[in-house]
Amino acid sequence: MKADLFSFAAEDWRAGIFTALKTHGVRQMAYVPDAGHASLINACLADSEINCTVLTTEEEGVALLAGAELGGQRGVMLMQSSGVGNCVNMFSLLKSCGFPFVTLVTMRGEWGEFNPWQMPMGQATEETFRRSGFIVYRADTGEDAAAMTASAMRLAYDSNCPVAVLLSQRLIGAKDF
Amino acid sequence: MIERRKAIAAILEDRPDNLLVISGLGSPTYDVAAAGDVAQNFYLWGAMGGAAAMGLGLALARPNARVLVVTGDGEMLMGMGSLATVAAKAPANLAMLVIDNEAFGETGGQTSHTGKTTNLAAVALACGFRQVATAYKPAELNAVKQLVLEGNGPVLGVVKTNSDELPRVLPERDGHIIRNRFKTALAGQQHGESE
Repeated sequence: MKADLFSFAAEDWRAGIFTALKTHGVRQMAYVPDAGHASLINACLADSEINCTVLTTEEEGVALLAGAELGGQRGVMLMQSSGVGNCVNMFSLLKSCGFPFVTLVTMRGEWGEFNPWQMPMGQATEETFRRSGFIVYRADTGEDAAAMTASAMRLAYDSNCPVAVLLSQRLIGAKDF
Repeated sequence: MIERRKAIAAILEDRPDNLLVISGLGSPTYDVAAAGDVAQNFYLWGAMGGAAAMGLGLALARPNARVLVVTGDGEMLMGMGSLATVAAKAPANLAMLVIDNEAFGETGGQTSHTGKTTNLAAVALACGFRQVATAYKPAELNAVKQLVLEGNGPVLGVVKTNSDELPRVLPERDGHIIRNRFKTALAGQQHGESE
């Protein structure tokens, strides 16, 4: 691992998430960029053991990580809550075949949201995951985010579950313009 | 006109040991199964639009295997953005084969975009695929076969076919069984796991 290419700011709790992903052997990371994930994305891009794929839409990441699992590699998808609805039919691939799956979701459309267009999907995110068969965690602190990521990897890859970790807007900081 | 099932049978005849096939839902799954129901096939029965991305994840995980995604024009159109995603990663071991009947065959044969204005080989090339080829008649099939089995990926072949409906050849539908069968076969072969 080329840890020298990237270092988290001292107070950046995403460092704990990254450690959890590395500890649990993540080899592929798929993402649709989000400002809340930026340092984590950069850490993965700088890591020679993690193969990163930028997506045009989130549903590609569901299929991509299913393919990775077929080939024996663990993965994670980073996205924001507005992309969850894009995935709904593709989630059937996970349930139909028993694929493990982990996604870390930065939340919009909640705590302090300034953009009304983010509200519908943000408010439907947790329910959408649950109705698609996911175990859902919600992190309001950096400590929780790291611990929940580690637990999600275990539930997914040891117990064949799809798991979503929601990183709350209270944790990330509401976007302001 | 090329007959789709004969075309896929010709392309998969004497398939190399390291070839892994993912088939898109509908006729491509029936055609691939008809050519030989082997454990190195992963049949999709849903997840429309996901075949190319799934092939990409598998190709990245197994750099020494050859991954061939066989799908139809409708499935490819639904996942057209994934051609850009595949090209951006440029996996040398990934090939796509689009069986293009210019129609939505499963749903009554309605004309698809490729029967109107869209050229999927041109789309793939514009996205950054290294090479594409299209077969309109049987004599052109060999070039497509060679491209998808041996070309430096990502490559995409298109086989133009008619929209006749053939007898369905239905392989296993339980995704858990398909997945476990595939993974067991890979574990036995050990080709190219990059760990």
